[in-house]
Amino acid sequence: MSILIDKNTKVICQGFTGGQATQHCIQCIDYGTQLVGGVTPGKGGQTHLNLPVFNTVKEAVDETKATASIIFVPARFCKASILEAAEAGISLIVCITEGIPTIDMLEVKVRCDNLGVRLIGPNCPGLITPGESKMGIMPADIHLPGKVGIISRSGTLTYEAVKQTTDLGFGQTSCIGIGGDPIPGTSFIDVLDLFEKDDSTEAIVMVGEIGGTAEEAAAEFIQSNVSKPVVSYIAGVTAPSGKRMGHAGAIIAGGKGTAEDKFKALENAGVHTVKSPAEIGKGIAEVTGW
Amino acid sequence: MNLHEYQAKQLFRDYGIAVSEGIAVSSGEEAEKVASSMNVQKWVVKAQVHAGGRGKAGGVEVVDNLKDVRKFADKWIGQSLVTFQTDEKGQPVNEILIETCTDIDKELYLGAVIDRASQRLVVMASTEGGVNIEEVAEETPDKIFKAEIDPIDGPQKLQADFLSSSLGLNSAQCSEFNKIFDGLVKLFLEKDLSLVEVNPLVITTSGNLICLDAKINVDSNALYRQEEVEQLRDKSQEDPREARAAEWDLSYVALDGTIGCMVNGAGLAMGTMDIIKLHGGEPANFLDVGGTADSNRVAEAFKIILSDENVNTVLINIFGGIVRCDVIADGIVEALTVMGVSVPVVVRLEGNSASKGIKILDDCELNIIPASNLEEAARLAVKASKGEI
Repeated sequence: MSILIDKNTKVICQGFTGGQATQHCIQCIDYGTQLVGGVTPGKGGQTHLNLPVFNTVKEAVDETKATASIIFVPARFCKASILEAAEAGISLIVCITEGIPTIDMLEVKVRCDNLGVRLIGPNCPGLITPGESKMGIMPADIHLPGKVGIISRSGTLTYEAVKQTTDLGFGQTSCIGIGGDPIPGTSFIDVLDLFEKDDSTEAIVMVGEIGGTAEEAAAEFIQSNVSKPVVSYIAGVTAPSGKRMGHAGAIIAGGKGTAEDKFKALENAGVHTVKSPAEIGKGIAEVTGW
Repeated sequence: MNLHEYQAKQLFRDYGIAVSEGIAVSSGEEAEKVASSMNVQKWVVKAQVHAGGRGKAGGVEVVDNLKDVRKFADKWIGQSLVTFQTDEKGQPVNEILIETCTDIDKELYLGAVIDRASQRLVVMASTEGGVNIEEVAEETPDKIFKAEIDPIDGPQKLQADFLSSSLGLNSAQCSEFNKIFDGLVKLFLEKDLSLVEVNPLVITTSGNLICLDAKINVDSNALYRQEEVEQLRDKSQEDPREARAAEWDLSYVALDGTIGCMVNGAGLAMGTMDIIKLHGGEPANFLDVGGTADSNRVAEAFKIILSDENVNTVLINIFGGIVRCDVIADGIVEALTVMGVSVPVVVRLEGNSASKGIKILDDCELNIIPASNLEEAARLAVKASKGEI
């Protein structure tokens, strides 16, 4: 068992013939992902990585029956690409691209929600179900099929959590980087809910960072909805508050958002927190007794 | 990217939002000339820097003769203004905004920001405008009124009406407020802003609404489609090392410690700073080399880190996803060879092509201290910075 993707998930790639997309699609195929084709407008009818290229997502879906799409198109085209996928019947979209204007994401998020489409990212490493399927840019060989579910706002910190749970032999059910942008398609709460309902996930790692109030909201959710043990690390205790401009950011956050606030909210919700990013695996061992 | 008050007010005017009248100048002589041409007896003179808290720091004054206008301009232009929102060096003042004086009956607050929690553009208003608005928000949050703008439906008249009635405005003022509200939301969405703040929005003694201050922050990710706004960038307000880093797509923030850090990914970069501190060391900087680092960028990152004289150790922590560790390793070897780096360099490579990268470092003759995991990397870096290795 796993969440969101498994070995049967049919995946297409948007921006398929680009350099980054090509490099990472090769790695996904090698890992076992059922990549069934890709989309690059103007290159429809060609073959790339021995797979068909389509001009539109609609054609790709009609032809291949894909249900998931991984997006590598440049930031300025992402809004159109995500909406195209959502409207063409793709139910899981993973957007790797970073640097998408926030105002684009405001509308994208609402439209995806209205269509019932799950968007992961943008500005994220993607997701992986170890041993089955990978839709992302994470290094495959650090993963191990197992029993820990991992969620993180940061790409490379996700890898850190994965490596530690692999080294200790616990392995992962699925690992999801939700991305660090102000408006992420999927929140901590969405993924916590999926892991809680997934029978094979026995413990959860949640890696957060300073800024926003997503971790505080997750803490509230965990308190009343998550029965599985959760270990959490928040990056940025030592980060400087930085030069600020105006008060609006502070007013809207209502005095939340520092690492201390987040640790406190999580601890109050019964989450096992670790203060060092090197102790995530150890934290799982402590809460589970494995 | 931040804008100056005078630039923000010009954008306000372009969108039909009522602002106080004024002209920005860059010398004492010009200040006197402009002030005398305004045909008034009283002026507000305001130092233009990218920071709030200017009033309390002496950067805003009301003056009633041309000599004092000149004196204020001569005093500040070329100097730095330190406020509670800047660092101890402050921000350089290159321009002074000279405005006609507005007679104030009441100070209100108006702001707009992308709220991560509701995932909406939120417009906020309060009757408690002025310098203590953050305290108001924390102690009496019910005095801040909010309208969430639906990204599909856009701003609604009902929302403007709700805010204006919450502010206790009369009917003429309500229609003025609605115009400001519409203009503000339109400006925010069309120019890809991430924050607008008007503090104070005032009711004048003649009963009209005017924006006395204006702060604007622009979404840097959207500058590719906001060429006019990008022209307004004032690099003098940015930290020179941070600006240089940004030119290389590196994200750098200077700190006070001794261990220079080079990390891929913002989260891991913060995590690396945290673990250095846990081991008793002090990070000298935050530096994210990004997802597409090559050897040139690694070399540039080294230069920026080592331009900080406090750095006595460098810790490189790379967990390759997109980034290939062998490319980073080549960059490290090249940079160390060319630059003749004399401080100890602790390197931890993991992930994409890590074994190739480690071999490159093993094979070179340079003084590199390898670490096999994050814990060990932090421990070794702290030891090295204390002269214990």
